[in-house]
Amino acid sequence: MAELKLPANSIVKKGKTVNHVEGNNVRKFSVYRWDPDTDENPRTDTYEIDLDQCGPMVLDALLKIKNEIDPTITFRRSCREGICGSCAMNINGRNTLACTKAIADYDGEIKIFPLPHLSVVKDLVPDLTHFYGQLASIQPWIKTETAAPPDRERLQSKEARAKLDGLYECILCACCSTSCPSYWWNSERYLGPAVLLQAHRWIQDSRDEALGERLDELEDPFRLYRCHTIMNCTNTCPKGLNPAKAIAEIKQLMVKRQL
Amino acid sequence: MLSYDVVIIGGGLAGMRAAIEAAKYARVALLSKVYPTRSHSGAAQGGLNVVINENDSWQSHMFDTVKGSDYLADQDAVETFCKEAPQAMYDLDHMGLIFDRTEDGHLDQKFTGGATFPRNCFGGDLSGHKILHTLYEQLLKSNVTIHNEFTVIKVLTEEKAFQGLMVYDLKHGQIEVVRAKAALMATGGYGQVFLRTTNDAINTGDGMALALRAGASLQDMEFVQFHPTTLFGSNLLVSETLRGDGGWLLNSDGERFMSRYVPTKMELSPRDIVSRCIQSEIREGRGIDGEDYVHLDVAHLHQSGTFDIMKRFPQVSVIAEKFAGIDISKQRLPVQPAQHYSMGGIMANVDGETGIKGFFAAGECACVSIHGANRLGGNSLIDALVFGKRTGISIGQYAAENTMPTLNNEQQQQERQRIASIMDRSGQESTPHIRKELQTLMSADVGIYRDEESLSNALSTIRQLKRKLPNVGIKDKSQVFNTDLLGYLELEYLVELSEIITLGALKRRESRGSHFRKDYPERHDEEWLKHTLVSLQKDGELMIDHKPVSITDLTPAERTY
Repeated sequence: MAELKLPANSIVKKGKTVNHVEGNNVRKFSVYRWDPDTDENPRTDTYEIDLDQCGPMVLDALLKIKNEIDPTITFRRSCREGICGSCAMNINGRNTLACTKAIADYDGEIKIFPLPHLSVVKDLVPDLTHFYGQLASIQPWIKTETAAPPDRERLQSKEARAKLDGLYECILCACCSTSCPSYWWNSERYLGPAVLLQAHRWIQDSRDEALGERLDELEDPFRLYRCHTIMNCTNTCPKGLNPAKAIAEIKQLMVKRQL
Repeated sequence: MLSYDVVIIGGGLAGMRAAIEAAKYARVALLSKVYPTRSHSGAAQGGLNVVINENDSWQSHMFDTVKGSDYLADQDAVETFCKEAPQAMYDLDHMGLIFDRTEDGHLDQKFTGGATFPRNCFGGDLSGHKILHTLYEQLLKSNVTIHNEFTVIKVLTEEKAFQGLMVYDLKHGQIEVVRAKAALMATGGYGQVFLRTTNDAINTGDGMALALRAGASLQDMEFVQFHPTTLFGSNLLVSETLRGDGGWLLNSDGERFMSRYVPTKMELSPRDIVSRCIQSEIREGRGIDGEDYVHLDVAHLHQSGTFDIMKRFPQVSVIAEKFAGIDISKQRLPVQPAQHYSMGGIMANVDGETGIKGFFAAGECACVSIHGANRLGGNSLIDALVFGKRTGISIGQYAAENTMPTLNNEQQQQERQRIASIMDRSGQESTPHIRKELQTLMSADVGIYRDEESLSNALSTIRQLKRKLPNVGIKDKSQVFNTDLLGYLELEYLVELSEIITLGALKRRESRGSHFRKDYPERHDEEWLKHTLVSLQKDGELMIDHKPVSITDLTPAERTY
């Protein structure tokens, strides 16, 4: 019988309860911990926070842990307003931004893990190298044959400009791509919803002149067509965007140009 | 060992714009503490002041900027800035920037504070996000090598000449040396010096502090911009363009109180003035419900049908809803002033040269100075773009004409030992505790209103905190992504910069722009129409010097609106 072996560090052990606090509004936060400097498996440590002494968002709780309880806990954060995309993580089973997710949206213990199916650098910090590499692979910059006018802007009508709404707002937090089962299985070859949304942003731009080339690049059983309209991307996007719709529109364009 | 011709430090607007330009001349790498798309430039809401309407003129933009600066801006630099701003805007447009349009497809423009013409190009209230991503796309297109999550810990210099950099590569947990012929500091501001700030957590003034240690001068650091309208509680930015579109500021009596202070400009007075007016209303008991805030009302614009507010301000409407539970199309926003921008920074000229051979600076961390004592809304993104581009060209050309400097091994060893000894510390002081104490102090004593007593008190407390730094323990002993160590290094920068900001404010016995002294409420040109320069002496003491303001066409006059 074949012997199956789990990948290294795939078993997450129960860690320690780091602190206790008294109070009427105490919440437990269970947080994934893994330090690459040690040989140990990952674990989940539990912290108790008095919510009466804490800001409203999950990020506030993490900062309180970092600042007052355990300086070793490691996560990315910066803008605390949902515009930088640093603090994307998996909270109670769903990918979102810790800074714009209210603690009050959850009942009971809050379980925090790094974005799924990415290599972990440390604790809640995933490795985004491949994700950003895929973004570069679609050549997300304007391509034109026509030279730009030297001393003024390229004209774009209000209607053409409005077509880009819902596409440009993406902050590349990777919540959507790492929520997608298709991306989990085929992330080496499937571009995933975030990158396809960016591809569509350029496909839709009236000023871009490389539509055919862009569609050619996506015409591939994996890069585009591994989207099976599972819709996790749209359900999880913390910016309220709809990558699934963008992917569907790309697929429609693929069909249209065959006719 | 990594080796390039040019290394750009910082992945915001100035850094990326410079890298794209420098790559036309040299082998360029960009190092950033975070992925460039996480940079604080992305949080900018309002747009860019540029003269692209035939009824507007660069002279008018220059006049507004110089007057807004309370005549401390260098007028030759402002002239360069205003003349080159339109091309910098068109460059972005040609890169595919998604900005708002007029009916005939041109770039739309609107008013910002202190402007005599509606010359602000914008992309909703997401201008910074759009520019940041457009430049990142161009960076991917270029052959610039991007090192994400590299933080510079030392600029190696000798005899006022740049030699190389030492960096902490967070992901790989290594201290490395990066060789280069030249480096550009583009690390942005230091908002984390203050408790109440619109700035990101990463804005710890790294570049300014490292430049000072490397022998550069910091200029006009006492001039700190407090943005009038930040969301009460979280201090998230609420764009000036809400007032540009006709938003009202109201006190507890429901009065548009700006009519008592600046009836000609009302809510669209420059930021320093509006912030002081709000603070005065609060101090005199006309804050809402006796709290430290007033109301910003844009609901009337929505209800009168002037704008679809939610579409015009997508970012602010979401922030208001999530962080204050407020629907801005129906309700008033609670706002208060908070630190927002640094007019001061690394002394640099219009080509980014700092006086240290091979070491350049641009963007918020630099002081050119085009903002003087108060920056106008809409002048910072375009500052980063104009001077990012100019500096990119000058540093690229510099690298093409110069050879690789020799490294001093002793300095490297000293720096490695310094980090190792910090890592070994097990003292009882904690980084977050000292940081909070510093931030609280700076917001209370070195804020919008200052005087001799508050500043002297702040200075001595900062020096006490500085002496505590060696007793800060580092609990995280790991190599990879050590944010405990990083937080401590950043705290050192914050403390050092706080001392310089406060010292400058204490010495400058006048009120000018953002710097308001209750004990010296008037501007005093005879003595103080000059820039403050601070440098670090070999014995570790700060030295204060001054340099004259460049005045070309605009004679300093009383600043009334």
